Amino acid sequence: MSVKKFMYVNRKAPYGTVYALESLEVVLIGAAFDQDVSLAFIGDGVYELTKGQNTKAIGQKNFSPTYAALGDYEVNKIYVEKESLEERGLTLDDLQHLVWEDEDEDYAEKDSIRLVSRAELADVMAEQEIILSF
Amino acid sequence: MTLLHTVNKSPFESNTFDICLGYAKDGSTVLLIEDGVYAATTGHKVAEKIKNASGVTFAVLGPDLQARGLENKLADGIKVVDYEGFVKLVAEHDSVQSWL
Repeated sequence: MSVKKFMYVNRKAPYGTVYALESLEVVLIGAAFDQDVSLAFIGDGVYELTKGQNTKAIGQKNFSPTYAALGDYEVNKIYVEKESLEERGLTLDDLQHLVWEDEDEDYAEKDSIRLVSRAELADVMAEQEIILSF
Repeated sequence: MTLLHTVNKSPFESNTFDICLGYAKDGSTVLLIEDGVYAATTGHKVAEKIKNASGVTFAVLGPDLQARGLENKLADGIKVVDYEGFVKLVAEHDSVQSWL
């Protein structure tokens, strides 16, 4: 099977709608097929990655810890759009610190999140073969 | 007559919050719930709009704020209520407008 460049575009906040959770589930299923996967978080999608989510009182599953497992599935290109963070008064410090282990470099821990401008992300998006939008 | 307005959409993805503000008269309360709670955080244009709406009381549903990991980003002057507080607000106002 040939490897294709997949991008999952996440544009919705978690919990208010089911898009964020559905996207994450599709990413995890897709991870089994050894493709070249990128995730983009733009607009309210950046809210999916905030740290300290606690859904106990709303009676929904807190799926935010799952983002930290993506590195184990070799999903380690996670693009976060700078403008979207700024428009919402957020910085990278408000987000989870996502990492992956590079087996080619003695399992060195590396950052998964790449903070990029809208223009830079547009370039990455234009290189993709398959784009799935949530 | 005082109204309780509820907003459940993110102010960054929908104009619901802006429409609500246009209808929120002095003495009314705007309660932010579900994805509406993003309006209650600091450091963006929406926070300025809340600051400028002086005659209106703003409240936010705590459980929805906690779910989204934003308790420490809450703007000053916005009251946090739990589900009981939500019911109390409904009882204190003459009627409720649920903006969707």
